Order: sequence, then C-alpha cells, then structure tokens
Amino acid sequence: MEKNKQHLKNKLGLLGWLGGGRYGMERYAYALHRLTGLGLLTYFILHIFVTGTRIAGPQAWQQTMQSFSTPWFKFGEFLIFVCFAYHGLNGLRLGITELGLMLGKPARPIYPYRSSVLRQRPFFVVVMILVAAMIVIGGTDFYLLNR
Amino acid sequence: MSQTSGPSEVVFDVLRYNPEKDAKPYRQEFTVAVTKGMTVLDGLVWIKENLDPTLSWRSSCRMGVCGSCGMFINGLPRLACANQVAHLHSDRVVIKPLPNFDIIKDLVPDLEAFFTRHRTVKPYLIRRAVEEQNQPTSEYFQSPQELVQYIQFAYCIKCGLCLSACPTVATDDRYLGPQALAQAWRYSADARDEGGKDREQEVYSSHGVFRCHFAGACSEVCPKGVDPAFAIQLLKQDLFKRKLSGCKEQHGSPVTAPITEAKENPKIPKAPAPTLTK
Ligand code: SF4
Ligand code: FES
Repeated sequence: MEKNKQHLKNKLGLLGWLGGGRYGMERYAYALHRLTGLGLLTYFILHIFVTGTRIAGPQAWQQTMQSFSTPWFKFGEFLIFVCFAYHGLNGLRLGITELGLMLGKPARPIYPYRSSVLRQRPFFVVVMILVAAMIVIGGTDFYLLNR
Repeated sequence: MSQTSGPSEVVFDVLRYNPEKDAKPYRQEFTVAVTKGMTVLDGLVWIKENLDPTLSWRSSCRMGVCGSCGMFINGLPRLACANQVAHLHSDRVVIKPLPNFDIIKDLVPDLEAFFTRHRTVKPYLIRRAVEEQNQPTSEYFQSPQELVQYIQFAYCIKCGLCLSACPTVATDDRYLGPQALAQAWRYSADARDEGGKDREQEVYSSHGVFRCHFAGACSEVCPKGVDPAFAIQLLKQDLFKRKLSGCKEQHGSPVTAPITEAKENPKIPKAPAPTLTK
C-alpha cells in the first residue's frame, strides 16, 4: 500500500512469505520456491567465479577444486541438487497452472466454496511426491553410490 | 441465552492503537461471556457497550455483505460478522487489524490504496460504441453460459481479506493484488465487454499478474468464493491464448433487438398504483 505518514505501517514484509497465518500448503510452497530460486541464483553466480579460476591456469584450477573436496562442500552440492529438484518440478507445476490447467472451470459460487487451489491439490501432492523421490534418488547417488 | 458448544467465557485479545496517544500498538484483553450464535463482531460490540467505548473497528451490515469487518482473527483474515466465537474452538480470540494495510486506529485498516488499485483496472463494462452505452436502445445479448464465465468473480465485496493473505502483497508495494486483478478478469471475461486492451497495460505490467506465483492464500480466505487466484491464472491463460492465435480485436456481444411485441401476462398481478404524485 502507498505511504501515508499518519497511519501506522502494518506490512508483513519478508516474514509474510514464511508465516503470517494458518494457510494451506501452496503458500509455503510459494515461499520455498522463492528461497530455492535465490539459492540457485547464488550458486550460478559462484559457479561462474569458480570455473573462472581456470583462466589462471591448470594449477589454480586444481587448487580450487582441492579446497572444495570437503564433506561440507559435498553437502552444499547436495543442497543445490535439492533446490534444483524442488524449483524445477514445482516450477513445472506453476507453469501448468498458469496456463489455467488443473484448476477446473468457473462456476457459480455455492457454499461451501471449493476453490481452484483445492481442485489442483491432488496435482500438487503428486508433484511433491516426485520431488521427494528425486531427492531420495539423488541422495543415494551422492552419498551411497559415489562415495 | 445459553451456550451449546465451546467455552462459555472467552478472552478477546485485541490489538489496540490510538495514533494520538500511543507510540506503538499494544494488546488488551477483555473477558466476554459467550452466548449462543455470538459472532466475533457481536463480542466486539459487547466490549464497546460494556467495557471500553473507545474500541474502534469497521462494520456495517453484520451479515457478510458489505465487506467492512475484515480482521485478522486467530491466525487468518476473516470477516468478524461471519465467524461465530464458538466455531473458533478456542478460549482466546486473538484479533489484529488486517495485515498489509496501514492501521488508522485499533482494528480500522486504511483502504485508500486498495480502492485506488481497484479503480486502476477499470472495473466496468467498456464498449467502443459509447453512444449506445450511454443511451441504450436495448440490452446487450448474454447467454447463461457466458454469465457463468464471470459470475463468481462478480461476488467480490471488497473486504480486502485476500490482500492480507497474499505473500506478494507483503513485500511488493506496487503489486495490484488479488482483488483488483480478479476484478480485471471479471470484466474482461464478460462477453459484453470490449475493454480487455484498455486493462492490459496495468494487468500485464511488472506489478501485475506475473507477480502471482499461485500461493493460493487469497482464494482460501475469500469469504465469497470469488477465487481471485483462479482469476489471475485465467488472465495469464487469456494472454497466452491471444498471443498464440494472434487475436487483436475484442468484439462484445451484440445489442438485442428492442422488444416490440411483449404482451402482459395475466397471471402476474399488476403493481399497485403510485401513492405519491409529483
Ligand atoms: S476477492 Fe474475496 S477476499 Fe478479496 S476483496 Fe473480494 S470478496 Fe474480499
Ligand atoms: S459487517 Fe458487513 S461484512 Fe461484516
């Protein structure tokens, strides 16, 4: 809302993404989508700098790679994979709903109302199960198969 | 009156703020005896009449029609008149002014910017033939199927609950918000309307529909089943369809032929003669 000096500001700000009320799952999916998006963006920027060290010669590259071979770094890589799995699949869901699919059709509102959010919920649940499956498969690959 | 379910006494924990006296808001508790069917609004009225006449809020119809009494009640934006205390299943009713709106006093939100946004999307029928619109010769044609395309979005009572629930409104000061966008679709989806283009600039701006990432909270809290999140996705779908088909002009439904041969139905009683003369 626009600024008004006499009135007290009551914007939720960033807190409004995470909490703010007892809402359904999609609102928390929204917050997670934005957070994972920011996580991926940070990774991409860092990635450019890291791969950029190759310009300084093979030795500099080797050194950088060596300094990253810690368990923490591996966990960081796994987190990036988690961000990717969630952001990618949830992004696909959002793209589909943005095309008006999975949301049902407009109808006369008859109480108790059933909104488009509830109509797409089974789809949301399926996408979240796929995300979980992808994380489990990725985790197995990261920690059990590629030790 | 007796209480059928829920506690017989509840604490109303209300956020208070008087800009003339208080540097910041504070919470005040009132104990209220719950009567059968008592709404949160009834409780506030009881407090005002019996405990503290300075308590302020907005309300008018007391039946979920005017959209005045939106408040943040026990963790959700709700209409105070449409929620019974007993149905909250708690011995505490925590009431705050609607989040994302400035506070004028106590539970009174500042709705000025909200109504400005509403006006921005031109929430009325736009026709190219202005003369016919101003001096109608007949009605615009509309089929029952065409009516269903927009009727649910026309139920908006402008209560602002959806903006309180929206996480994008929480961080983007210039976002049009679910209410205004749903109203843009209410008119653009109307077969009689030709104003889709006139609304486009605002609706598809960088603070328009593409700021919505389908958090869905607006539709969850809407007390009228308007489903603004749905309207926003339909606006996006419409843009996609139009880009795909290269469709440019929007033609509103035609004016029906003037009724000339209407006959009186003898089964319908006549209106009584006017009792006042000029
Ligand atoms: S869309 Fe629903 S919640 Fe939003 S202002 Fe209209 S009636 Fe209220
Ligand atoms: S007083 Fe009118 S909607 Fe609550």
